[in-house]
Amino acid sequence: MSFVDIQNLHVTFTGGRKPVQAVSGVDLRVQRGEVVALIGESGSGKSVTLRSLLRLHDERRTTISGRIQVGDQDVLALSPGALADFRGKVGSMIFQEPLLALDPVYPVGAQITEAIRRHERVSASEARQRALALFERVRIPSPERRLDAYPHEMSGGMRQRAMIALALACRPQLLLADEPTTALDATVQIQILLLLRELQREFGLSVVFVTHDIGAAVEVADRIAVMYAGRIVEEGPVATLIRAPRHPYTMALLRSRAHGALAKTADGSRPRLETIAGAPPDLSALPPGCAFAERCSLATPACHETRPPVVALSPQHTARCLRTEATSAQALA
Amino acid sequence: MTTAIPPVLLEVQGLVKHFPLKKDPLGRGGGVVRAVDGVSFQVREGETLGVVGESGCGKSTTARLLMQLIEPTAGEVVFDGLAVGGRDLSLKAFRRQVQMVFQDSYASLNPRLTIEDSVAFAPQVHGVAKREAVERARDLLARVGLQPARFAERYPHELSGGQRQRVNIARALALQPRLVLLDEAVSALDKSVEAQVLNLLLDLKDAFGLTYVFISHDLGVVRYMSDRVMVMYLGQVVEIGASEALFEAPLHPYTRALLSSVPSMDPDHRTEQPALSGDPPNPINPPSGCRFHTRCPQAEAVCAQRVPTLGVGQATHAVACLMHEPGSGHSAARALEAAA
Repeated sequence: MSFVDIQNLHVTFTGGRKPVQAVSGVDLRVQRGEVVALIGESGSGKSVTLRSLLRLHDERRTTISGRIQVGDQDVLALSPGALADFRGKVGSMIFQEPLLALDPVYPVGAQITEAIRRHERVSASEARQRALALFERVRIPSPERRLDAYPHEMSGGMRQRAMIALALACRPQLLLADEPTTALDATVQIQILLLLRELQREFGLSVVFVTHDIGAAVEVADRIAVMYAGRIVEEGPVATLIRAPRHPYTMALLRSRAHGALAKTADGSRPRLETIAGAPPDLSALPPGCAFAERCSLATPACHETRPPVVALSPQHTARCLRTEATSAQALA
Repeated sequence: MTTAIPPVLLEVQGLVKHFPLKKDPLGRGGGVVRAVDGVSFQVREGETLGVVGESGCGKSTTARLLMQLIEPTAGEVVFDGLAVGGRDLSLKAFRRQVQMVFQDSYASLNPRLTIEDSVAFAPQVHGVAKREAVERARDLLARVGLQPARFAERYPHELSGGQRQRVNIARALALQPRLVLLDEAVSALDKSVEAQVLNLLLDLKDAFGLTYVFISHDLGVVRYMSDRVMVMYLGQVVEIGASEALFEAPLHPYTRALLSSVPSMDPDHRTEQPALSGDPPNPINPPSGCRFHTRCPQAEAVCAQRVPTLGVGQATHAVACLMHEPGSGHSAARALEAAA
């Protein structure tokens, strides 16, 4: 059985003038010890899906339906007390901007010991020892001294390491990462990605990793799920998805990267980048059919009318598309 | 490609910007942030110079100094052979020819002006009649792919990020500039929209004969856009050269580390070792000697003492590294001499 099982998740934000369907029918399973990357552009619903796993949305302004099972717990049915036990202990999260996620008025070490003592009956000195061991584990230089540092006294990369230490403080089984390296510099980003991969293996964590950067996903994930307009449009093992994508959106996304391989041709001119015409649909007025149809070069009238079902392309590779027989011919150059 | 070398449009010499730090009530502290510390380069007419580096390397400060948005501590900017702000080239005349596009498409537009008025604003300041300016604005909006009939009357909040950035580009072109500074102009956009805007920038460059300074932290995008690339580290230029040469055969250890930090995109050959450890040091107290020596895998004792100079090596590809500097005392430099 999967460790994380999301079934038919719908998330609608009702705070604004018009309800916004941020997630409309996501199914996702994550095995123990597996890393799944959710990729997509802004507004695709990837972060909303991730945050639903810890129920971080304001419940007064959000309607959630569907089912989220983590281990033997039904997350959407947890009482407030059980939810507080669940957060940090079973599943914990790393955010994009550690300066906003960490409390600015307490030293980082105090925040870690507080989290440990909230979930486990240990003495303050024992909790501090564990915090120190965590700081050493995430390779923060002079860890003893840094435990007493405030978040603003650390550099960006070090703060992200501290947040990883905090997330792992209560030995969770599920780690959720929301664009954890997006705000970091290139040379620091790769360090954090490799650290996450290393810790994931060591602790056998299940990880859901949200990113807009396909390259970062390839570095850490076993499987990739591509989201568009609140739905998973394609899902498969990393190598399959990168080399033989079958949903027109994934294919276009990979082709539009201004990557080194696309650099100048022999005569010194630049080949034009392939683009996806148009813009993502308005989430408060989703079309009845495939949400990508309007921008898709392969769309037929049927695509605009019916919502495509999940097509199994191989045992582990699925796409929500009516035209998968047409995309198999278009191998990605 | 013509064989004649185009003339130098922009020349920067010894540009320095130090931001003073506040002293505390006891008079301690003070000091300066050495944001840009001795930067010199040239941009030739019609080329795109890419500028890369990590946060704090001074790439945006350099752009703002070029634009004269902030006063340099020292150094000179020469545009088309004339010193900027001097007798022959007033600031106003300079800014008519040099425009800038910023990263945050929303913050850089006036929320109370329709996009047509935003684009037509600058020409009016520079003495173009209102009707003509509006006409020019509508032409430009059409050029950047925003149908004036549909978009001209809209306000910035009614547009998507990609559309707003198109407005910013149209506004930058409204004065018919010769040089456009693009400071992380596509960084906030989604990949599919980014590709649209990059194509647009290339088309406009051809159509209007523009010269670009393209600043970005995204190496793939810089490689795609640039003819030449300048790599900055802690306020200084460490390497500058033709784009292909620099990406194919980087000379500076920092450039090499930066390039190998790009995710591999190959699930069978994932990155195993990070090229560098730790974060870039603070530009308040930059390391002595070569500023990269604290993170450099090839650093030797001499690197902490001696400041490398840029410009050694081939004329088209310059690097500031003691390994490539004859007589520097670095073992790699001695090996080079012995081989020669």
